Amino acid sequence: MIPEFILSNAPALLIGVPLLGAFLSPLIGRLSRDARALWVLAIITLTTLIGYLVAFLAYTKGTLIYVFGAATPALSIPPDSGGIPIRIILTLDALSALMVIMTVTVGFSVIVYSLSSDSRRSGLEAYYTLFLLLIASVLGMFATGDLFNFFVFLEISSLAAAGLVAYKVEKGRAVEAGLKFLMVSAIGGVFFLLAIGILYGQYNALNIAMLAGMIQWTPLDKLALVLIIAALAAKCGSVPMHFWTPDAYSMAPAAVTAMLVVVSQASLYGLFRFCFTLYGLALTYGVIGWALIVLGVLSMVVGVTMAIPQKDIKRLMAYHSVSQTGYMLLGVGVGLAVLGDQALLGSFGITAMEGGIFHILNNALYKGLLFLTAGAIILRIGTSDMNRMGGLGHNMKWTMILFIIGALAIAGIPPFNGFASKFLIYESVFAFNPVLSIIAMVVSILTLASFVKVFHSVFMGPQLPEYADVSEAPGSMLIGMAILSGLVIITGLFPEFFVQHLIAPAAHALADPSGYLAAVLGGA
Amino acid sequence: MFLNLPLVVVVLLALIGIATILLKRNLVKIIFGVTILTSSVNLFLVTLAYREGGIAPIYTLAPADVMVLPTPHALTLTNIVIGVATTALMLSFAVIIHRRYGTVNIDEIRELRE
Repeated sequence: MIPEFILSNAPALLIGVPLLGAFLSPLIGRLSRDARALWVLAIITLTTLIGYLVAFLAYTKGTLIYVFGAATPALSIPPDSGGIPIRIILTLDALSALMVIMTVTVGFSVIVYSLSSDSRRSGLEAYYTLFLLLIASVLGMFATGDLFNFFVFLEISSLAAAGLVAYKVEKGRAVEAGLKFLMVSAIGGVFFLLAIGILYGQYNALNIAMLAGMIQWTPLDKLALVLIIAALAAKCGSVPMHFWTPDAYSMAPAAVTAMLVVVSQASLYGLFRFCFTLYGLALTYGVIGWALIVLGVLSMVVGVTMAIPQKDIKRLMAYHSVSQTGYMLLGVGVGLAVLGDQALLGSFGITAMEGGIFHILNNALYKGLLFLTAGAIILRIGTSDMNRMGGLGHNMKWTMILFIIGALAIAGIPPFNGFASKFLIYESVFAFNPVLSIIAMVVSILTLASFVKVFHSVFMGPQLPEYADVSEAPGSMLIGMAILSGLVIITGLFPEFFVQHLIAPAAHALADPSGYLAAVLGGA
Repeated sequence: MFLNLPLVVVVLLALIGIATILLKRNLVKIIFGVTILTSSVNLFLVTLAYREGGIAPIYTLAPADVMVLPTPHALTLTNIVIGVATTALMLSFAVIIHRRYGTVNIDEIRELRE
């Protein structure tokens, strides 16, 4: 049904298609605005289909290996290279596949949304180029099996995202946010490259599987891990390097903000990938696990307490993203802390990791949805200050319903998906350390309180005279939001299905570095 | 001893870069700091790759036996390109900020603080 050519080259096409689409979109845009919109829509649809195909292959056939310049994946280590994988290798295991599903789903919805929300801006040729480039770079980060390629994709995502954050200018404020973001990313990127240099200097390899097999846990390795964790924790917006998040998230166009959530999850994915797979065979699990737990708890508490007094709707939501990132760090950190102990890992470690990974997927869905509803409100009334909003429920009924779905999901109210993943985290973290679990629940209650306040001040109350003729958001924006809210409801209603078929394989892939090694190196 | 000298320079450059980023209040100088930091990592990669008497793997020079694997040089080149792009984007942001706010002093660029 699907041609063999596409099946065998799917991992490369996954990155190639959006990359090609990005650089052709300014050319197509010369024809007309509609041609560009159609082109962007076609490219993102194709990318989404390839993404699902790749994920399907990775889940059914096991880890996918794609080697550039070789006839078969078994040639990942050329016979005459002395055992060094010198070719560029893409490696997609179940965790990468899950992240690819998340990226293409959110990417598709935000592009559909963006086609009407941003259609009247100027400079759209650059906008869509950067947007597709951002999607391509995030997919590249998930697909690559090589440390240096990860760095290159990380830098592409920083540059594209910074350009998109600063895109609206907003009397210079958006540029200020973009500069802050780029500064953090650039410094983080330099530290990451330093870590790569340290590892390469010792082991003469850049391939993650190859390195993982050789790593010794020398003092230099420890230094490299600290640099990697610092760089990626800064990029994923965890406390104490979270200060760029509220600025960048609040100043970017809404569709970009929803995508930025996915970009920060990509750094989080890198953090988990390197802690588990790269260092998995050598690590002192307890210390690094606790380091992630502490980062997670700090992010949760600081994020939510900073969110409560905010007046700007997108800034408030941005602080909530910091807090939600904390849940993922907490869940996966608990899994890492007990990774060495099979009994503990079996009794609650894997569940904690499943909760953390499930939360990554859920957060991208409901957080994206919330930012998109905020964007719809701002588009219609022209302000993001919640003190000047009110009574919008009369005119924007659909937006209100979609907002309620997102808000209940982030607060962890059943039957929405936030409940499913948070419940997994509470349950397993309680078995590890009850105090952490109680903190997580309190943060969740504060999140609910904060969103009740938002809901009340934005949608409730009498219709304000200045907003009497506000109309509902345009159709394609509603479609984009409806896709995400539909997925929020489906993942919330059937969590067992998703955990069993998507999340559990991903958690096991993460917890089992030797499987990853065997998949990449075993064939050769 | 002499072979370690480049590594000493790497550390010095990195410290100068970090100090510039942390201590200077002028946006343009902070961007210079990031560039210096990037250069220090580039120098680090090149230092790692140096082999005394090593032969570059160019076909016309190729001896029968051992050559130097040029991966770190490729990394360095890539990072130089990325560094140029990052610096250019940061400087262009600084230009816009100067045009809108009339200053490049980071103590006065605080529109986003609440």
